[in-house]
Amino acid sequence: MTDPKSKPRVPIKKKSQLLSIWHRFKKNKLALFGVVVLAAMLLIAVFANVIVNYERDALTQNMALRFNPPGGEHIFGTDGFGRDLFARIIFGARISLFVGVITISVSLIIGSVIGASAGYYGGKIDNILMRIMDVFLAIPQMIMAISIVAALGTGMINILIALSIAQIPRFARIVRSSILTVKYQEFIEAARACGTSNSRIIAKHILPNAIGPIIVQATLNVASTILIIAALSFVGLGIQPPTPEWGSMMADAKSQMRYHEYLIIIPGIFIALTVMSLNLIGDGLRDALDPRLKN
Amino acid sequence: MLKYIAKRTLMMIPVIIGISLIIFSIMELSPGDPVTLMLGDGASQQSITELREEMGLNDNFVVKYVRYVKNALMGDFGISYRNKVPVINEIASRFPTTLNLTFWGVLLSVVIGIPVGVISAIKQYTIIDTFSLFSALILTAMPAFWLGLMLILLFSLKLNLLPATGVDTWKHFIMPSITLAAASMATIIRMTRSTMLEVIRQDYIRTARSKGAGECRIVFKHALRNALLPIVTIIGLNFGYQLGGAIVTESVFAMPGIGTLMVAAVRTKDTPIVMASVLFVAVLAGVINLLVDVLYVYIDPRLKSEYVSSK
Repeated sequence: MTDPKSKPRVPIKKKSQLLSIWHRFKKNKLALFGVVVLAAMLLIAVFANVIVNYERDALTQNMALRFNPPGGEHIFGTDGFGRDLFARIIFGARISLFVGVITISVSLIIGSVIGASAGYYGGKIDNILMRIMDVFLAIPQMIMAISIVAALGTGMINILIALSIAQIPRFARIVRSSILTVKYQEFIEAARACGTSNSRIIAKHILPNAIGPIIVQATLNVASTILIIAALSFVGLGIQPPTPEWGSMMADAKSQMRYHEYLIIIPGIFIALTVMSLNLIGDGLRDALDPRLKN
Repeated sequence: MLKYIAKRTLMMIPVIIGISLIIFSIMELSPGDPVTLMLGDGASQQSITELREEMGLNDNFVVKYVRYVKNALMGDFGISYRNKVPVINEIASRFPTTLNLTFWGVLLSVVIGIPVGVISAIKQYTIIDTFSLFSALILTAMPAFWLGLMLILLFSLKLNLLPATGVDTWKHFIMPSITLAAASMATIIRMTRSTMLEVIRQDYIRTARSKGAGECRIVFKHALRNALLPIVTIIGLNFGYQLGGAIVTESVFAMPGIGTLMVAAVRTKDTPIVMASVLFVAVLAGVINLLVDVLYVYIDPRLKSEYVSSK
């Protein structure tokens, strides 16, 4: 109040909007469960190196300790190389979440630029950009990722590139359609009348209004990306052993599945829990952001 | 009607050209040199140069692309670098397995997904509804290959009921089809439920009910038919997803399909095989989407009348 520059109306309104979204989100018990599970996964991913020693527990092979069943000193048991499964699982969480989040951030940024330009400028630019995106969308995501891996080779960076390219058109589409819904509203016209530049209008006035569906889509896409990384690694085209990735851990254990099923079951449960938590949060956010959708 | 189908089919052409261009560019970028792959490390410089010239590897991008498309249209996708057999033969021998698997996968997801979704909507908030939503939640979160491994563990290794690998009998297709169907079954259940719930609240359903129509007739004739459009969209979109899933499913169950062919070819850098298999799957996904769009016209009377009247 003392600061003459402050504009109290705007922040208060923003806060109350966020609060009401949070109130609606909070009512959804499943979404809250998702938040709790995801928070736990994030915690073990961030503090993985505090909980266990990466080199010693997750990488160093020790044939004397092969196939120790779960329980006792090794809570999840040990794998076919005598490595602690628990240590590999929590470093796996770090890898899956890292790749998922980075992929979605990169494709979100590039997709937003493409979608925003297409939606805002319209006409020819829109037509050309979106037809290109349509072609990319016509190729199933998994196939797209595999063909990029075929060209670039396996490895973390290449997987990131492959998955990001495969996701870009999805964001371009959603950003474009969000922009089309706000493009002709009066406040945009007002901004333009004030002489605001096009890029500033897009970044400051249009995108914030389109942020809801983008966040929902991003959350759900992190989930589907985690599934794709696991699948790619499982068929041997993703993250390579000995890096502890959940999918490649299962590929390693597949041949010994008959006698040591825990090596398959435990990583699968962790993937499913992570993906489920993200899906629940995404659904919860969608309902909370758009109350009309709920019934 | 025909006009719509023709128009929609023509729209496929730029998409297919685009797909082939993308895939061709990606493969052109790949660092491996096919000549050293084919001749092995001990080849003389002269034979390398000769083979390069013979294969046309020294031409520029556009020339190579046009030649590839021309040959592809005649059914010639080149020769596998590894096996030295025509790529089209490899693809042709493996394609039926993938198509079969995908067909059963899609059929299963539809045949189970739609009825479960409908029942779930009619019996909203009952134990049946909760149960089906809960299963859908789990099915979407599970990696497909993990479900496949779990099925093998239970039905092949523990109970000894079903074969774990191969494609010889219909029994071999049971577990792969379930594996492939699971995720999209879940999407179909959720989609059917939510659209049915929307439709059931409409006025014309109340009208039908007040006219004394039977509950069964209301659900199937009045409600489901109107709810079908978004469901068909999801099924069409899922098809592409399932083709991608087929790759992983084939790997789990060691089925000789396009997926295992593609994965093996990527590992051995057998570019002609990778390109052809990716192209086949991508074009197939496009064709399915086309079929779904044509199907719309039959399901949605509004579209139908639009095209019939504008004839």
